[in-house]
Amino acid sequence: MQRVLSPKNAQKIMKAVFWISGIITIIILLFIIGYVILKGLPVINLEFLLGEPIDSGRAGGIFPMIVSTAYVTLIALLVATPLGVGAAVYLAEYAGEGRLVAAIRFGAETLSSIPSIIFGLFGLAFFVIYLDMGWSVLSGGLTLALMALPTILAASEVSIESVNKSYSEGSLALGATKWQTVYKVVVPAAMPGITTGVILGMGRAIAEAAAILYTVGAALSIPISLMDPARPLPLHLYILATEGISLDNAYGTAAVLVIIILIITVVTNTLVDRYTKKMMGR
Amino acid sequence: MDYRIEVEKLNVYFDELHILKDVSLKINKNMVTALIGPSGCGKSTFIRTLNRMNDLIDTFRKEGKVLLDGEDIYDPKVDVVDLRKRVGMVFQKPNPFPKSIFDNVAYGLKVHGIKDKDIIEEKVEDSLKAAALWDEVKDKLDKSAMGLSGGQQQRLCIARTIAVEPEVILMDEPCSALDPISTTKIEDLIHRLKKDYTIIIVTHNMQQATRVSKYTAFFLNGEIIESGPTDKIFIEPCDKRTEDYITGRFG
Repeated sequence: MQRVLSPKNAQKIMKAVFWISGIITIIILLFIIGYVILKGLPVINLEFLLGEPIDSGRAGGIFPMIVSTAYVTLIALLVATPLGVGAAVYLAEYAGEGRLVAAIRFGAETLSSIPSIIFGLFGLAFFVIYLDMGWSVLSGGLTLALMALPTILAASEVSIESVNKSYSEGSLALGATKWQTVYKVVVPAAMPGITTGVILGMGRAIAEAAAILYTVGAALSIPISLMDPARPLPLHLYILATEGISLDNAYGTAAVLVIIILIITVVTNTLVDRYTKKMMGR
Repeated sequence: MDYRIEVEKLNVYFDELHILKDVSLKINKNMVTALIGPSGCGKSTFIRTLNRMNDLIDTFRKEGKVLLDGEDIYDPKVDVVDLRKRVGMVFQKPNPFPKSIFDNVAYGLKVHGIKDKDIIEEKVEDSLKAAALWDEVKDKLDKSAMGLSGGQQQRLCIARTIAVEPEVILMDEPCSALDPISTTKIEDLIHRLKKDYTIIIVTHNMQQATRVSKYTAFFLNGEIIESGPTDKIFIEPCDKRTEDYITGRFG
């Protein structure tokens, strides 16, 4: 029987299919980023970056929003990183296989698939109203911490799990305790993966509008104390666009947000790369 | 005769699997003892019982006694951390930490509470010299140990082990992942270390056993078939099975 497609040709065709899939993905990404940045660039200047908004954001700048974003994201990471990494260490190194472990893992997975607006509602009910934190940087930051937590946990756990078991054996055989082994050998070896997890978590937190919609308020001034209301960039962008205040400035805000995320990603990747090279002697 | 380790009627089980059967062995002080036998005969399990590395496996269970300097190392009073400081181990595959060469050797000192930088530096240097590695690495102590060759990594692991000044060094096929030249270096090193340490080496290489050890025990299916001076075991073994194994008829 004559085969329609020789294995050699099938190989060629599939390779082309995968290549095209890859190229399309990159094009979509470049198109979105490029579009936002091109549309936003005309309004970006020093006054836009360092000025306060005037007339609800129709004019002026977005400096308070940049500060707000930094503020809530920092709080989210300060809370979520130790919790997420701690839970990951527990799951990967101490827990073994049991019901509690299964429950924690299931909880984390569920948490990561909950829509962000639900986090927002929860933040409103719990932080803003029940704990009486009001619309504040703290309420928003904590709500974002909940969102970043499962991402950080999952990435850290995988990373800690994949650390070569021979390292722990070597450490224990030298008379180190389990904790010394975890703290001084396993976690440092897992650091590149943990850092990537933290950056992914940060990516979730920094770009989130829905989760902070009901928790952080919408103040136009620079937040100073933890209890001040604020308006991070995604929320500002949302308000500018939905309330028809200024679409141009919405694009400007979006472009700034995208550029900030790009810079953080590139810088962290470079640092992680350098650390890995130093650690592995390459 | 002065014994460092005395093992009496040791039985080891993993779940229902009976790995070691009534193993008794006396290990001399400051001498090299080789453990030989085919794969899966229990040699590695045996040495891992001597520093309680098997404790890490949930299904591990043992009967019998293991005495180190006359004390039962499985006595509830014994601190496992302290025991592993006294009984060091070098693994089959070199396993340096992904840290600098210096930190690899300093690690054991630090976990045992030594903080003085001068003392640590001195001990790191001494240990690397004792492991015949100093000249090769002295100019790159801050470089990652992962960049060293396999043989250098294994000598680093030996340096790391002797830095904490153990009495006994267990070596689980330390040369099986190394090339012949690196193997020779490790064997030379074993010769130099034996006056200060009691060394127990598992090996699949008969020549290696004759080259490095004074005393040999032959394991088969979880039992010690024969043990005695290496010369005797290799020249005139008592048991037919020992003879068959060392002459390469099986294993």
